[in-house]
Amino acid sequence: MRRGLLAVGAVFVAAGVLVAAQQAAPYRAPRGPDGKANLNGIWQALNEGDWDIEGHSAAPGRVMALGAEDAVVPGVGIVEGGPLPYLPAAAAKKKANYEKRLTADPAIKCYLPGVPRAMYLPQPFQIIQSQKHIMMAFQYAGAIRTIYMDEHTPAPADSWMGWSNGHWEGDTLVVDTTGFNDLSWFDRAGNFHSDELHVVERITPASPDHLNYEATIDDKKVFSRPWKMSMTLYRRKEKGARLLEFRCVEFVEDLIYGGLRKK
Amino acid sequence: MRHRAVASFSVLVAAIAAFTFATHVAGQAPTPAAKPAPAAGKKYVAPRTPDGQPDLQGYWTNSTYVPLERPDRVTKTYYTEQEFAAVIKDAAAREAEQTEPGTVADVHYDFTQFGLDRSQSAFVKSDLRTSLIVDPANGKMPPLTAEGQKRNADRAAERRRLGATTDAVQNMPIGTRCLIMAGSGPPMMNAGYNSNYQIVQGQGYVMILVEMIHDARIIPLDGKQATLPETMRQWMGDSRGHWDGDTLVIETTNLNGKNPFRGSSERMKVTERLWRVDANTLGYRFTIDDPATWTQPWTAEAPMTKSVGPIFEHACHEGNYGVRNTLAGARLEEKKAAEAAAKKTSN
Repeated sequence: MRRGLLAVGAVFVAAGVLVAAQQAAPYRAPRGPDGKANLNGIWQALNEGDWDIEGHSAAPGRVMALGAEDAVVPGVGIVEGGPLPYLPAAAAKKKANYEKRLTADPAIKCYLPGVPRAMYLPQPFQIIQSQKHIMMAFQYAGAIRTIYMDEHTPAPADSWMGWSNGHWEGDTLVVDTTGFNDLSWFDRAGNFHSDELHVVERITPASPDHLNYEATIDDKKVFSRPWKMSMTLYRRKEKGARLLEFRCVEFVEDLIYGGLRKK
Repeated sequence: MRHRAVASFSVLVAAIAAFTFATHVAGQAPTPAAKPAPAAGKKYVAPRTPDGQPDLQGYWTNSTYVPLERPDRVTKTYYTEQEFAAVIKDAAAREAEQTEPGTVADVHYDFTQFGLDRSQSAFVKSDLRTSLIVDPANGKMPPLTAEGQKRNADRAAERRRLGATTDAVQNMPIGTRCLIMAGSGPPMMNAGYNSNYQIVQGQGYVMILVEMIHDARIIPLDGKQATLPETMRQWMGDSRGHWDGDTLVIETTNLNGKNPFRGSSERMKVTERLWRVDANTLGYRFTIDDPATWTQPWTAEAPMTKSVGPIFEHACHEGNYGVRNTLAGARLEEKKAAEAAAKKTSN
């Protein structure tokens, strides 16, 4: 018995050493002028989460006329573990969302993307970092997140992009976001959330040009337990890298209001 | 926004009192219309960001009752305080008319009730100037070129050709459509309500968040970002910035011309200058250079006052019931009219 405990203890120690070895010499990010890790830059995810956050094979698109250009690009998914722990009613709703995704995906109407979807849309975003506020400006629809670093307050009302309070844990920016409405989706496949959504993101520099991104999703109305997604965010490095305007409202006006045009 | 409304009400009384002590803030600007800096004697030095830039950060508003152009009947550069009080009273009364029952404006949400209009804003600058334009000295935009006149006429003709604003969403003003608000800039002009801005300075960039439609202007400093080629055009153009002493200078070109400023062409170049006047005031001055439209460049000043945050999400397009209801209402009216006409014929 005692020997058994010792053996277990030895395994723990060994595991601890292993973990410590893996964590040895962690990357130390360049500092900003305020001494914090410097996250300024233009970033973009390079994954297929916007098609479907879960692993998925290639599939035909939603619009026949668009052929291969609208086809689903395959991806191993950005969700850790899986499948997503939908509650039974929510699983039915996800399925219904998928069936009507051509008309129901809010991104088709140029609506604000919500969080975390904004982070892995196939368009860049820019971080503008000050001590009090870390801004995330997204090319898609000109969406904006303000992360309040020193004035932590509850969300004053529900919104598309939520209400984000942030703090530093070492070089990791931890962002706690609540105050969402229930209108945005996680992807084009109809994965969704309610207004109970609570997102905790951990953003950690992994190299001068990479950020490790993790988000824990908690939504008691939709999921039976919290779950996590993770991905890498890449710095846009090419000459001329910048955000441009993707002011897409103009592109969807006939889609949304065309039926009300004077005949 | 709800927070701001509450805050606005709570300090409204103080603001009204402040009108009495109003001093204009354009005094320190290097402008032809400049007056000496107000008293004090010691020169204000802008605070610095951790990396040593002049710190322009915070929440600001350019809400004002001062019109861009000097009214025709006014010949002086500054009102007296009594004259200014009368101007404010008239303007506030006009805004209050929006709540008159049975008017089109009344169907809109009530600007006066929710602290949206200028008469409710504690932060409206107590500015005695009679126009924002400081050059030309008459406070008016310079004469249009022949090309500028023709373009205005062509645009008006095109609008008539398109038909009524209720015929199609594309006929409506771009602000109604939530594409961009006319005052979001550049240049940044007060919008009548929600004229709020948040400035955040990151490494190599200054961001100015315009509350209206959450438009973020991202201004690279000192050639941090390559300029766009002539062929690439954007609603807000292509801006680049640099520090001239403690003044942020922003130059913008490559506008797409779809949000013309007072009849401007897509060749307009806007040069904006932003600087700290004191703890509660940002100087803001812009020069419009558009030889295709005006016979000479012209310059205006629209100082910003420190406001309170936060700036809440302005999801304009997402909640745009106005466009849908307006179009649906017009189609219903047409249907009713057609039915009435058919009935008349059959009788």
